[in-house]
Amino acid sequence: MSVPAEREPTTSAPVPALEVRGLVKHYPGVKALDGVDLVVHQHEVLGLAGENGAGKSTLLKALVGLVTPDAGEIYVRGGAVKLRSVVDAADHGIGMVFQEQSLVPNLTAAENILLGGEGPAVRRGVYRWDVMRRLAQEQLDKIGSKIDPLARTDSLSFADRQMVEIAKVLRIEQRSQHPPVIILDEPTSVLESKEIETLFAQIRRLREFASVVFVSHRLDEVLDVCDRVTVLRSGQSVGEVATAGAVPRELHRMMIGSTGSDDHYHENAATPVAAEQPRLSVRGLSGKSFQDIDLDVAAGEIVAIVGVHGSGREDVCRALFGIEPTTAGEIRMDGKKLSLPNTRAACAAGIGYVPAERKIEGMVGPMSVAENMTLTKQKARCAGPFVAPKKQAGLVDRWIERLSIRTPGRDTPIQRLSGGNQQKVVLARWLVGGDIRLLLLDHPTRGLDIGARSEVYRLMRELAASGVATVLLGDSLEEAIGMADRILVMNDGRVVTEVACPNGGKPSPLDLVKEMV
Amino acid sequence: MTVTSGVAASRRIFRRGAAFRDAGPPVALVVLFLIFAALSPQFRSIENVQNIVDAAAVLAVVTCGITFVLMMGSIDLSAAGVMGASALTVSLLVANNRNDNDFGLAGIAVAVVLGCAFGCLSGLALVLLKVPSFMATLGVSAIGLGVATLMFAGVQPNITDAMLKSWAIERFLGLSYLTWIAAACILVGWLIQRYTRLGRYAFAIGGAEEVLTLSGVKVKPYKVAVFALAGAFYGLGGVMVTSQLGAGLVQAGNGYDFSAITAAVVGGTLLTGGRGGILHSAVGVVLVMVLTNGLVQVGVSPYWQGGVEGLIVVAAVAAAVIPQRRRNQVVK
Repeated sequence: MSVPAEREPTTSAPVPALEVRGLVKHYPGVKALDGVDLVVHQHEVLGLAGENGAGKSTLLKALVGLVTPDAGEIYVRGGAVKLRSVVDAADHGIGMVFQEQSLVPNLTAAENILLGGEGPAVRRGVYRWDVMRRLAQEQLDKIGSKIDPLARTDSLSFADRQMVEIAKVLRIEQRSQHPPVIILDEPTSVLESKEIETLFAQIRRLREFASVVFVSHRLDEVLDVCDRVTVLRSGQSVGEVATAGAVPRELHRMMIGSTGSDDHYHENAATPVAAEQPRLSVRGLSGKSFQDIDLDVAAGEIVAIVGVHGSGREDVCRALFGIEPTTAGEIRMDGKKLSLPNTRAACAAGIGYVPAERKIEGMVGPMSVAENMTLTKQKARCAGPFVAPKKQAGLVDRWIERLSIRTPGRDTPIQRLSGGNQQKVVLARWLVGGDIRLLLLDHPTRGLDIGARSEVYRLMRELAASGVATVLLGDSLEEAIGMADRILVMNDGRVVTEVACPNGGKPSPLDLVKEMV
Repeated sequence: MTVTSGVAASRRIFRRGAAFRDAGPPVALVVLFLIFAALSPQFRSIENVQNIVDAAAVLAVVTCGITFVLMMGSIDLSAAGVMGASALTVSLLVANNRNDNDFGLAGIAVAVVLGCAFGCLSGLALVLLKVPSFMATLGVSAIGLGVATLMFAGVQPNITDAMLKSWAIERFLGLSYLTWIAAACILVGWLIQRYTRLGRYAFAIGGAEEVLTLSGVKVKPYKVAVFALAGAFYGLGGVMVTSQLGAGLVQAGNGYDFSAITAAVVGGTLLTGGRGGILHSAVGVVLVMVLTNGLVQVGVSPYWQGGVEGLIVVAAVAAAVIPQRRRNQVVK
């Protein structure tokens, strides 16, 4: 009571609630953060925009202590801090609502809200449910939520669970005694449009007593709810815009940047596609997260599907390989109708799939290069039921050489290879049988450095030249534009437009982004 | 006033959620009971019902312990060994024909604490040495059997302690003392599960362990405590078997490890954790007992029992995972 001066702003410009200067984070082969600067003012909603891989999630993780930056500083209300854990961050008043819901589903909402900080609700290890309910109710009242604190979390709707998460994250107020900084990572991705409206009203309320960092792939949402937007690209902050009067086109340009002019994508190696009967022809394909997809891919053609997280493009790709169930539509290969009840049928039809999660879905880490390469096409290496060592060795060595895979030998465990060489082995798996007709590439260059990327691109060109049809889900928009002959844009489970993308007549990323978000 | 609202509040928690799923085992129990009752007049006699309940006592106590471990998503195979060690310990500490000890209740308490210590050992191996619970508890079971064999030393200790012997013989309201002990264990287990941080966190660990970690909860001490709690229940189970047999045997816990898992799973506790509880397990225990007793009463050879039990547990687990099978998951 006797320190009245403490709360008064002493200067005309108040100290920012949170400031980040020159944050750097390396991962093997990738520079996720390359000197990011960020300022969050008090009682402000700051939007964070950027393409996939721009470094948004790494930055957020650094802000809540899940990632330790290699260099750079984080300041909370003017003081430099080191955040080593989520608890550390909470003590400094920074809390995050995680993209994948982080609630214990089989506990009550009240338990989730108070988790790890039950205070008087648990005395000597014994629960006092009435106190717990009261404390949780106080948190829920702050955000005006009508949820029953003793409802089991898995009986709540996604929107209600998000309210529980926000109520939970607001508990950090008690810890730090300062207005908190609340980070919302893609909070709208699981919500219906009506629920999104409620969330936005909530965010505007939060601004009264907190600062908010709002992350979304959807630019319209960012412009709607935020006061200011910071744009990230390739691990750097490339712009800061007040949303009042901001032009979406301007932001799009910042997100994309200028494309390099060098022939990174081997565009000169692109072969003209003969307009004949398409190799793959998909009509009206529908599934849980996509509807009415039409798609044609000719032999030797590379068709890219672009779209933001949640557009359904990954599921379309997986449906073509018989992983994701479909409810309607037909798939034809060279005019012949296919039914793909499972991946085995897809393999038999000459379809190959390079999954996005290489280390989990793409390869068996401790197994050798040779075994990984011949995993699918067992016949190619066997004599009857037995593996024929000489046959296998000859086959594998031939492909190691053809794809210039750098490995100590065919018996080296694949996990010891670099990412790019691992990916080449995964690709080779579909080539050793000699019967590949359609390749589905789901983020084939994820986590690869520039050199390795370039080699994968060259390989894709060679395969296209040999008549393989390719469906590409690019890691970035530039990649899709650089590699594809044609681009389909997906949004909310539908193909919204199709853009020709010939060598020399590439569309601008801007036009595509407009359709995506 | 706060007390009543607290009780009302906690009751509401358990009323919600998947009522259908939770209703399955009790309904199955009633149906099974009616079928056997219709088929065999012997089965529906009061004496036989008493038999079923009395025979369930030890299994109920062991299942109480294992339920906490399963709720957490771990598994515990140490019951048989821990029970053997506890059986020998108690039989050598109360009045017996091998030595002059006569510690009475204190001896029983030591046996329970020993079980608790074995549980600690399993838990520590899990969190400190990162040995999977499956392997850690299997090892602890072998250690328990080894300790029991050492204490047995070739000469079977017969107990002469009147109190411990009376547990299996004396009856109160038509049920043996052992049955009342089991009922008390179920009550205590239920209170732990519903009203203590240990119980709620065990449940939460099975539901989403990373979320606890992200919320700043140190999970490891709770894991160890859950195994220790389970071990104490096994220790008591060993004491109860000793009371029934009137002697300390290394094999006191033979088969209880598997039967307890069967009972818990049949009652609706998921092996992946996060679902079920003590009351589910109690229903499961009675269900298994009704089935084994009923099959004998309707004339099925007891030689079938083991196989039938195995069949039930596989069927119950299969039924529990069917809703999850659609997800493209690999189950190892």
